[in-house]
Amino acid sequence: MPESGRAGSLPSRIPLRRGKTNGDTMSGLTLNSVRKDFGSFTAVNDVQLNVPHGTFVCMLGPSGCGKTTLLRMIAGLDLPTSGEIRLDGEDITAVPTHKRNLGMVFQSLALFPHLTVGENIAYPLRIRGAPREEQKRRVEELLAMIHLPGYADRPVAKLSGGQRQRVAIARALTRSPKLFLLDEPLSALDAKLREAMQVELRQLQQQLGITTIVVTHDQREAMTMADTVVVMNQGEIRQAASPIEIYRRPADTFVADFIGSTNLIDMDTDSTGRAIVLGQAIAGLSAPRSGKTILSVRPEDVHLTAPGSEGAITGTVTFVRDLGGTIETFIDCSGKPLIAVSTPRARPEVSVGQPVGVVLDPGVCVVLDR
Amino acid sequence: MRREAPQKLTDYAPLAFPAIMLTVFFVIPFGTMIAVSFFQRQQGGFYTPAFVLSNYERFASLFFANVLGFSLTLAVLVAICCVAIGVPFTYLLTRMSRRAQIVWMVALLSVLSLSEVIIGFAWSTLFSRTAGITNLLVALGLMQKAVALSPGFPAVLTAMVYQALPYTILVLYPALVRLDPTLTEAARTLGASPLRAFFTVVVPALRATILATLIMVFIFALGSYLLPQILGRPQHWTLSVLITDQAIYQSNMPFAAAMAVFLVLVTLALVTLTLFAGRKREAAA
Repeated sequence: MPESGRAGSLPSRIPLRRGKTNGDTMSGLTLNSVRKDFGSFTAVNDVQLNVPHGTFVCMLGPSGCGKTTLLRMIAGLDLPTSGEIRLDGEDITAVPTHKRNLGMVFQSLALFPHLTVGENIAYPLRIRGAPREEQKRRVEELLAMIHLPGYADRPVAKLSGGQRQRVAIARALTRSPKLFLLDEPLSALDAKLREAMQVELRQLQQQLGITTIVVTHDQREAMTMADTVVVMNQGEIRQAASPIEIYRRPADTFVADFIGSTNLIDMDTDSTGRAIVLGQAIAGLSAPRSGKTILSVRPEDVHLTAPGSEGAITGTVTFVRDLGGTIETFIDCSGKPLIAVSTPRARPEVSVGQPVGVVLDPGVCVVLDR
Repeated sequence: MRREAPQKLTDYAPLAFPAIMLTVFFVIPFGTMIAVSFFQRQQGGFYTPAFVLSNYERFASLFFANVLGFSLTLAVLVAICCVAIGVPFTYLLTRMSRRAQIVWMVALLSVLSLSEVIIGFAWSTLFSRTAGITNLLVALGLMQKAVALSPGFPAVLTAMVYQALPYTILVLYPALVRLDPTLTEAARTLGASPLRAFFTVVVPALRATILATLIMVFIFALGSYLLPQILGRPQHWTLSVLITDQAIYQSNMPFAAAMAVFLVLVTLALVTLTLFAGRKREAAA
């Protein structure tokens, strides 16, 4: 009686963590303590995640962090060692891939070389034995959606990289799946095309309202497209939040360092409880009493003033990278390198070797545990 | 590297060695055979140069038509069986661990080291009534009493498939290893069961390789002349058996040569036809 066992275990489940968008746990995708071991190596360790219906999630992390393995388990291509995957309230942990209603775009795109563009897109319908007229109609619909009308009879080998990308996306959406999964989908494209496709993909997702999970190692991609960014490292989720929250309020030093660039500075507390950063007390920044802490300051929140100004840390300019639109100033503050990014107008004239005053904005600094 | 057409005569120099080898070991013997097939046979095992068609005229009998038909059917069946077993087997093999693949490959290569004679007598023992596999089935209670499975057509077919299968797998292996494994995964995410994915993606994507393998095994099987004699009855003898019989035991070289030339021509015609049909279907697809 496998069904009674499954039903019996339902109420005793740990309460599911709810997403920021107040999603109903019965709809959307839920991962419950999902774990995957390859021999003695743990690729995914006790992952807990709720993806409400219709949201766009980007899984972001360095290579080997377990993000692709997690995606493959959601797709059913790998089985979790333990844990549970639920889609719209239904346990799909052991459901074979072809019985899960999902669409997936692979890093290699995996377009069928022996089929034309139209046949590739119609493949899911052909498998189900759908009538030819329906296949034809759906192919035309999808080709119009990806801005490639009239391409149905072309062989896939004759397409450009961007066109193949679109065809792979269209094929994954043929069945109108509940879940749209993409594994590093844009990595093969050149930088310009990639940025354009990011916008296009996001617009497409919003238009269709489909629950989408993208695996990427490109943080710009994640920031552009996602409702929720899931930052992973060493098989664990370090933070799952909106892109701006991830950027402004990173949960730990790994997230702060991985998303964008940041200055990580050791912090001390003096006898009166004031926060001391690089020998300078920072007013308005209260340091936690116990333990060592680290201050994360984004380069654009590091302001330059005249040396010796009120509340400023003194440093020496070591390098200036003028990119036209922004200027990056590299500063050495008694052995600690800092980076400041500013627009040309908001920055005093400094040159290499000159002393400079550095002011950290306490309102936007983030205090992290070491 | 730039590729351009050879300009001077010396540009053809690298072709000299293969050209000489091909001439000495293929063109000259084959030319001799064609010539001999038109020679006049002398009683007592010799032949004199002449131009007679009598050797070819002897084919125009129902007997030779039957033998030729049987030879071709047998070769086609062996080719189909080998590919039907070889493609799924090699596909699964390429998805195994590196170590398991090596073990299987060594085992398959060791089959290649067996001579046709050994394979023939091994199978004739296995198919015999006294020591064969039917005794095992009797011991398991699946059969009433042991029977002889040889000589007979299934015995010939089994042994020939056994002999040709390692070649089939070795030819298929590189193509299947190169096949992108995400193709089947993509098919599965699009709603195809693993079996369905195999037949709708793996097999069509390997169409050219499978066709080439079919032709290779077909030609390989046409040349078999020992196994049909060891494991078959006279009606299971192939044209190759008759050629051997004429050439060695009847000392009728011109007739044996004529049969061999005819077999080559028929084979070439069939292969051309298959390739043409394959090309045409590809163009239509």
